[in-house]
Amino acid sequence: MNEIVLKGIPAAPGIAYGPSFILEKGEFIVPKRSISSSEINSEIARFEEAVITARREIHQLKTKITQDLGPGPAQIFDAHLLVLQDTTLIDAVNEEIRKTKTSAEYVFFKVIRKFVETFAQMPDEYLRERASDVSDISKRVLKHLMDESKLHDLDSLQDDLIIVAHDLSPSDAVGMFNKKIKGFLTDIGGRTSHTAIIAKSLGVPAVVGLKDATLKVNNQDYVIIDGQKGLVIINPSEETKELYIKEQHKITASLEKLDDLKDLPAQTTDGKKITILANLELSSEIPAVRKYGAEGIGLYRTEFLYMNRLDLPSEEEQFLAYSQVARAVAPFGVTIRTLDLGGDKFISSVQIPRDMTPFLGCRAIRFCLERPDIFKTQLRAILRASVHGRIQMMYPMISGLGELRQANAILNQVKTALRDEKIAFDEQIKVGMMIEVPAAVMTAEALARETHFFSIGTNDLIQYTLAVDRVNEKTAHLYEPAHPGVLRMIQKTIDAGHNEGIHVAICGEMASDPLFAFLLLGMGIDEFSMSSASILTVKRMIRAVKLQDAQRTAYEAMQLATGQEVEEFVESQLHKYLPS
Amino acid sequence: MIEKEVTVVNKKGLHARPAALFVNMVEKFDVTVTLAKGPEVVNGKSIMGILMLGAVEGTVLKITVVGEAAAQAMAEFEKFFNKQEEELVS
Repeated sequence: MNEIVLKGIPAAPGIAYGPSFILEKGEFIVPKRSISSSEINSEIARFEEAVITARREIHQLKTKITQDLGPGPAQIFDAHLLVLQDTTLIDAVNEEIRKTKTSAEYVFFKVIRKFVETFAQMPDEYLRERASDVSDISKRVLKHLMDESKLHDLDSLQDDLIIVAHDLSPSDAVGMFNKKIKGFLTDIGGRTSHTAIIAKSLGVPAVVGLKDATLKVNNQDYVIIDGQKGLVIINPSEETKELYIKEQHKITASLEKLDDLKDLPAQTTDGKKITILANLELSSEIPAVRKYGAEGIGLYRTEFLYMNRLDLPSEEEQFLAYSQVARAVAPFGVTIRTLDLGGDKFISSVQIPRDMTPFLGCRAIRFCLERPDIFKTQLRAILRASVHGRIQMMYPMISGLGELRQANAILNQVKTALRDEKIAFDEQIKVGMMIEVPAAVMTAEALARETHFFSIGTNDLIQYTLAVDRVNEKTAHLYEPAHPGVLRMIQKTIDAGHNEGIHVAICGEMASDPLFAFLLLGMGIDEFSMSSASILTVKRMIRAVKLQDAQRTAYEAMQLATGQEVEEFVESQLHKYLPS
Repeated sequence: MIEKEVTVVNKKGLHARPAALFVNMVEKFDVTVTLAKGPEVVNGKSIMGILMLGAVEGTVLKITVVGEAAAQAMAEFEKFFNKQEEELVS
């Protein structure tokens, strides 16, 4: 077999190799399996048999429902039966099996999914609901095409696999937290997509934006992920394997060396002490936070508490989660970000309209202000937890003073209610806000006077400043953290904060890259928060440089005209102090 | 070959049940039927095809019938499209 190399976007560093697993979206995991030319006819026969069996079942069901409930309610099964004798569908599957030489269940699943997606997008509600009818029918057929024990959700995933998917939603990703996944490959997504964030917190490599990896990789193919260069090697030669195994040993060795830094302070050689914090998605990550020596949590993404469930988390449940995290990181503190839903994060318990441009739609604080009931429950839980550790909170996506005041007004109502009920909370709790919207940067002075701290969310700030969709692989190359426009946004935020005497933290992915972290250090950032796995690499950089040099580098970088020039210049400077 | 334009009057549009009734009706005749919504043309015997048209109330569809029983079939189809769902079921 020939070695195939795919090039994508490196999303999480590291090297991994092992068998692949193609993950299909939806309830079923339908593996992709290639078949030989001689198997085509038997595969088609297998498919047609499964369809006939499914039809027989539906007939029986129809008879039973007619007896029990009358002919009216049973009529829907006529539609189901017709779908399974629809030549448009059956022919499409047979032809696809022939053309792609792929197993019937996978082809059927793909064909039917196309229909389901079309239905789901129809503007008419009745027609849109046909999507569920069609998935129902497809389950019936799939059951007969596959070993039933394999028809499971993520729970049945084996350990030690390299996951290949079209895209991973945040909720898919949550389902993988407790698995030993070796790495991720996705067709779509950019550097800051959720796959990247999750891979980083799991400490495994990921390559995203591969366009058609799910088509090129077969289930159980041996693949190598090169998370540094963004390469994927399918069926590597023995030489390539050896090369990568050596490379991986090198990385492991240098990581072990980094381990020595764990308990050392993040201090520049000229004595400036920097605070490095961890970003947290789930409380199960706390051991990793400790392992890498974070001095607390700078961004606790609470939306993960709301995902993969049909109801909303109660106040009590949230209170327990927040106080557990606060206690676990003591004596350090935790910054809880209030709910950031919408954009690319959705939950089952609340219908959030799918806006045409979701990142500009009703997300994050906008959603919370629309739904004060949900917002207040969370605020109560945070306030109640605040007596169990060092907790501060912040609002996401604030675009101006009006929104900040609205959010604070609701917070004050909640505080008053708690006082009336004689429930304790930290009266001095610090309430900050994220800087992600360019308009917030432009009005940062006014905002700084009414908030306790800023935390710059670079993932969104870059997306909004450059008008680049961060989950679209076609615009991924335009996503430039070092773009002079972005740097000026960040500098303006830092200056405004410092002029008003408040701290300015950074919690986007940009902070986790030593190169950008060096630049940000020079620009005056007070606190860095990042995925745990990046902490030691950034600490190593900080311990190797002088604040003065970082400041000079930042000053000179700000005079440059393009993102590429900035990156090259900063790299050349950093290289002097930190030879790679 | 006969061609006629009809308007979907059923409030819920041509969703699963009416589409199923339509396909079953087409199969009673020895004819070839296509339904067209603008440039989209589907086989009248394909329920998936019909559903994919997304024909809501008020949609104008062009029916084309080919075969010896075309006239008789078309008369039935027109009747079908002029009825509400409840009338079809009974």
